[in-house]
Amino acid sequence: MMDATILTNVVDGLPQFEGYVYPNERTLHPLWSVLIVVYPYITGLVAGAFIMASLVRVFKVKALEPVYRLALLTALAFLLCATLPLLFHLGHPERCYEIMMTPHFSSPMAMFGFVYAWYLMAVLLLELWFDYRRDFVEWSKTETGLRGIVYHAFTLGVTDLSEPALALDARIGRIISIVGIPSAFLLHGYVGFIFGSIKANPWWGNPLMPIIFILSAVVSGMALCLFIYMFLCWARQVRADMRCLDLMASFLFYAVVIDSAIEGLDWLHRLYSAEEGIAVLKSVAASKLFYTLLVGQACLGTLVPLLLLGAMQLARKKVAELNRRRVYFGSATLILMGVLAMRWNVVIGGQLFSKSLRGFMSYKMEFAGSEGWLLSAGLLLLPFCILTWLVRYFLDRDLPTLENVVPGAARQARPPEAQI
Amino acid sequence: MSESITRRGVLKNLAAIVGGILALPAARTCKAAVQKGLASSHAPAGYDPFKHKWLMALDVDRCIGCGLCVEACCEENEVPEGHFRTWIERYVVTKPKAGSGETRGETMVDSPEGGKKGFPELLVPKEEVLKSFFVPKLCNLCEKSPCTQVCPVGATFDAPDGAVLIDKSYCIGCGFCVQACPYGCRFFNPVTRTADKCTLCYHRITRGLKPACVEICPSQARIFGDLKNPVPDDPLQKFISANKVETLKQYLGTGPRVAYAGLDEEVR
Repeated sequence: MMDATILTNVVDGLPQFEGYVYPNERTLHPLWSVLIVVYPYITGLVAGAFIMASLVRVFKVKALEPVYRLALLTALAFLLCATLPLLFHLGHPERCYEIMMTPHFSSPMAMFGFVYAWYLMAVLLLELWFDYRRDFVEWSKTETGLRGIVYHAFTLGVTDLSEPALALDARIGRIISIVGIPSAFLLHGYVGFIFGSIKANPWWGNPLMPIIFILSAVVSGMALCLFIYMFLCWARQVRADMRCLDLMASFLFYAVVIDSAIEGLDWLHRLYSAEEGIAVLKSVAASKLFYTLLVGQACLGTLVPLLLLGAMQLARKKVAELNRRRVYFGSATLILMGVLAMRWNVVIGGQLFSKSLRGFMSYKMEFAGSEGWLLSAGLLLLPFCILTWLVRYFLDRDLPTLENVVPGAARQARPPEAQI
Repeated sequence: MSESITRRGVLKNLAAIVGGILALPAARTCKAAVQKGLASSHAPAGYDPFKHKWLMALDVDRCIGCGLCVEACCEENEVPEGHFRTWIERYVVTKPKAGSGETRGETMVDSPEGGKKGFPELLVPKEEVLKSFFVPKLCNLCEKSPCTQVCPVGATFDAPDGAVLIDKSYCIGCGFCVQACPYGCRFFNPVTRTADKCTLCYHRITRGLKPACVEICPSQARIFGDLKNPVPDDPLQKFISANKVETLKQYLGTGPRVAYAGLDEEVR
């Protein structure tokens, strides 16, 4: 009876609304639109890329050394843009500083400023600085012009390259990395909690939400590192380290397994417990979110990469290197799109039905304007632009491979451009 | 001077900067707490919110769906077109199909323009209607209001007299509270670019007047009073004692206070 009630009552006559929608919910577009889709996506990529880097530093996975710095720089580029979608979305962006100046401690959103600042300043920038300090010092000696000034400024005046000083750098770097893992989880788990804490919304209010966000963040960040590493190797015309790629794909596969298992469990629980909102949620999933949830997120974004990467796990030796690279690149791209679809499904999906549980809203994205997809696409591209600059300034032209990575003192430290 | 000491100096400075940054919000929080006590809420100078506890109750059987309350509210509070601080829902329950074994047929709900201009003719023939009624909606004055809980800057707050208010000069317009209200009572005001909601006409009740919707209701479906200062033969007390009342979506644990008499199970 419930289903029939929801689907047949077209009373108010407006085409974008079906059934009964509270009068205040009858707005042109959802309150949290595509900008808020981009926000958790970017934040998730930060957390995931950092986890990738910490595999090298904390868990000493040597084979991943070639992507260590790239992963950290990726995390930084995306973190610098993480707050922009939020800022553009505020009714009064000029008051945004109040979130940090007068935070309301019971609000999940109030903590974001602190978690963000902690992560940026105390984790990512510090780790990068301790990792790069030696290189900054050496580059500042050999480089002239703007580059030289930049490298010199980044040494912060600390030019001690003695053995104990470098050992201290390495030790502090590792400690920061260890602190960084829970911080990365906090950063994105907290984003999940923003949605999970809203009990008014049966789609969002769910204790699994932070966990799902963390896991999907790890998945998307790993896929991004794989994607960027392969792209960079292609752009610089260098051979990608195949052992590193195989291992990244392997980690990515297991991350997708865990993530899809938890997300599947979430749906299983929802369907089995069949609480008040389930009829509405089922309708939304099967109709309005058919392409983004079932096709985009579940099939193309999860199932296909799972099968592809799984097959590579089983038959790695039988597949030629080139084909393996193609599979990895394709899977990473699909996963990146799948996670974006997941953010869409959570953020927009949660606003496609009325909290009266009697009706549905529609969302048609605009092109221009603050709620348009143009701005969101720009905000998604911005981290890549920043990353391009970071890579040019701070990443060796020869991407390290297992053969030429020699940790510690024996490492060749040359400025990026001089290494052609 | 050896260079390792220089580094320590730098680290010390870094720590001092981080410490300073962390201490600043705490200082600002204290300042804001002081300011909050002095904040303006459109109440007159002598008004003491601790000496009142306002409540509205609704008699569903008395509401005739004329929409005057919605109109009065929109005028009184300059509510932008298409948004509502209060609205009226019409419920139409049809008879069950013969032999279906059900107690009722379909339930249809509508609220065109919040019921501001009344309601159009029913779409179903009268003889098929099992029952029909109007339900006025407004802020439920929750005791554990989820909207104030989630506000990142504390711009919305539970006043001691039971009203849930927004400081519009402080709200950053993030919309979190709009998402958190299970009743759809909050909206994003496109004019002020902040959250907006029913204030119980705070500027009126703190001056001894009734809210605009209560004042204008021709059928006395809205009953308003001060629980701390009952008048002789208090209508609110009388209503509560004479009726079996309930509140909306209690299971969410928000502690809604606005009391309804004559609700049907279909009302959400």
